[in-house]
Amino acid sequence: MTDKKTMIVDATDQVAGNGLMSRRFFMNSALASTAVVAGGSAAFAQETSVGEGQEDWTLYPGDDAPEYGDVSQFEKGRVKKFVAPPVGGRTASSAGRTPLHMLHGTITPSGLHFEVTHHGVPDVNPDIHKVVIHGMVDRPLKWGVEDLENYPTVTRQYFMECSGNTRVNWAQPKPDQNFMYMTHGLVSGSEWTGVPLSTLLDEAGVSPDAKWIIAEGGDSGSLSRSIPIEKAMDDSMVALYQNGERIRPSQGYPMRVLNPGFEGNTSVKWIRSLYVTDKPVMSRFETSKYTDKLHDGKSLQFSLEMDVKSVITRPSNAIELKKKGMYEITGLAWSGKGKIAKVEVSADGGRTWADAMVEGPVHSKMLTRFRIPWMWKGMPAVLQSRATDEFGQVQPSRKALLAARGKKAYYHYHAVHSWSVNARGKVRHVYA
Amino acid sequence: MQGGKFAMYMRKILLSALLFGGAQTTIAQEPQFGEPATQADIDKRFWAVFPDGENLPDGQGTAVAGAMLFEDNCHACHKNPPDEPSELDPEDAADVLFGGHGTIGTDGSLATVGSYWPYSATVFNYVRRAMPYTAPMSLTNSEYYSLTAYLLYKNGIIEENTVMDKDSLPKVEMPNKDGFVSAYPEIPEKYRTK
Repeated sequence: MTDKKTMIVDATDQVAGNGLMSRRFFMNSALASTAVVAGGSAAFAQETSVGEGQEDWTLYPGDDAPEYGDVSQFEKGRVKKFVAPPVGGRTASSAGRTPLHMLHGTITPSGLHFEVTHHGVPDVNPDIHKVVIHGMVDRPLKWGVEDLENYPTVTRQYFMECSGNTRVNWAQPKPDQNFMYMTHGLVSGSEWTGVPLSTLLDEAGVSPDAKWIIAEGGDSGSLSRSIPIEKAMDDSMVALYQNGERIRPSQGYPMRVLNPGFEGNTSVKWIRSLYVTDKPVMSRFETSKYTDKLHDGKSLQFSLEMDVKSVITRPSNAIELKKKGMYEITGLAWSGKGKIAKVEVSADGGRTWADAMVEGPVHSKMLTRFRIPWMWKGMPAVLQSRATDEFGQVQPSRKALLAARGKKAYYHYHAVHSWSVNARGKVRHVYA
Repeated sequence: MQGGKFAMYMRKILLSALLFGGAQTTIAQEPQFGEPATQADIDKRFWAVFPDGENLPDGQGTAVAGAMLFEDNCHACHKNPPDEPSELDPEDAADVLFGGHGTIGTDGSLATVGSYWPYSATVFNYVRRAMPYTAPMSLTNSEYYSLTAYLLYKNGIIEENTVMDKDSLPKVEMPNKDGFVSAYPEIPEKYRTK
């Protein structure tokens, strides 16, 4: 990009309508550099210190190493979760949504990981907290944090998503114009470390007739969900660490269940009882809540696996295009079933699509970043992304999703999300 | 992983292999650090009550006693629209508990204990573990039976004097008991996107 004013874009670089470009374009242009030629300095009359004109932080030593690092003072208060104020002074649940539009990569900083609590965040003392496994087992057993630390651990990257993520898109007549953490901020990605749940279940000796595990947390609502035994024996874990450090209180300190790819609420935090049995408990959070109301009066229950989904994070309605030119469209894709295989992007409202670059390594049941160059010529555009997972599941259009389930499902909205860009570069959420 | 502890553990395995011979080693491969859980350990942490009544406690109550308990412990958050309009999103905040019968799936859908909850025992299960919101588990089992009876009575499901206990409660059938379709392990064909 030696001269932006005279940059010539060859039509053959286009891979889809309205300016989507070959990713080669960015790679080539990155090699070119703008030479800066310093002007010849005039003869000096009086010598000054060589630091003249430097900023203070270059001229003076900074602070000593902190015991626990923090973000820049310039980021503090800017990059934060969206926490809705309690309505009418009361709330029976509290949610902090991840500012996806301010982040890059696929790992969400622990302090920005979304959280939903139904009875607040408990302050659990790890020295006395225990988890018990009981019910249809040979030996009822209990473990404290220190006991669990003795086992060989597994470390994996997984996304976590609340099934209420993007719920406003079901029924709200006009597209929500809050910044995108309102629509999509109930998903985050982390590296989790813990003990496979199967290890603990095997030690207790699970009856062959067992079908479900009833998980109960130690918060003031003793939040409870039923987990299928085949999931528990597959890839569930009792997690102790998130992104290398002990799990934060809002994420279940000192121990939580982690059910990769399942709706977030099943990964019961502050876990203290795992009851092995042959039937689900039908707790409030799998009957009254987290059930998806359909157009025929029925409701889907145990819709546990999160669907294939994606969203463009840049540009988005928090980020305006200030001038014409080359941009990178980037976003996140994920599937509760496995790996993301493909992400397509459209700049013309779904008339034409191009494959975005999917950035590896691609982990199963983890956020995956995609990117594609885009030449914005100052024309109106509708940007969309559409993910496909390794099992061939394709993210549906909003129209297709509403046709299948109606508008009242509340949970598990996963349709293609659309951003319109107008001629002035303003980005808005639209239904398309 | 605590490298030192694990190494020590592996030495123990090796030692037991030497003492007890080869046959023991394969069995001893899995680390075992769980301690036996006593009934008291379990009772403290296990509050689950099942639709068939499993794990329901002794005690009993009626809607008559429940009405007073509701006024004292619940009414501050749980309003009853339309008589008492609530500014809260019923999906998001304190639930609307009464009414809405027959509305699920319609434009005026109102999911309440009476119109939506499929199992009567779930009411006891949830209210006992989580309510009153600021003081969960602060009432007796009989008081929780009374509150459960009140919620069922106000929804027209039982009579005001019907005694709720571990035998009678699970027999109460909820209006929306057939309203749910399991999406596990697979979403039924008709609700899949084409």
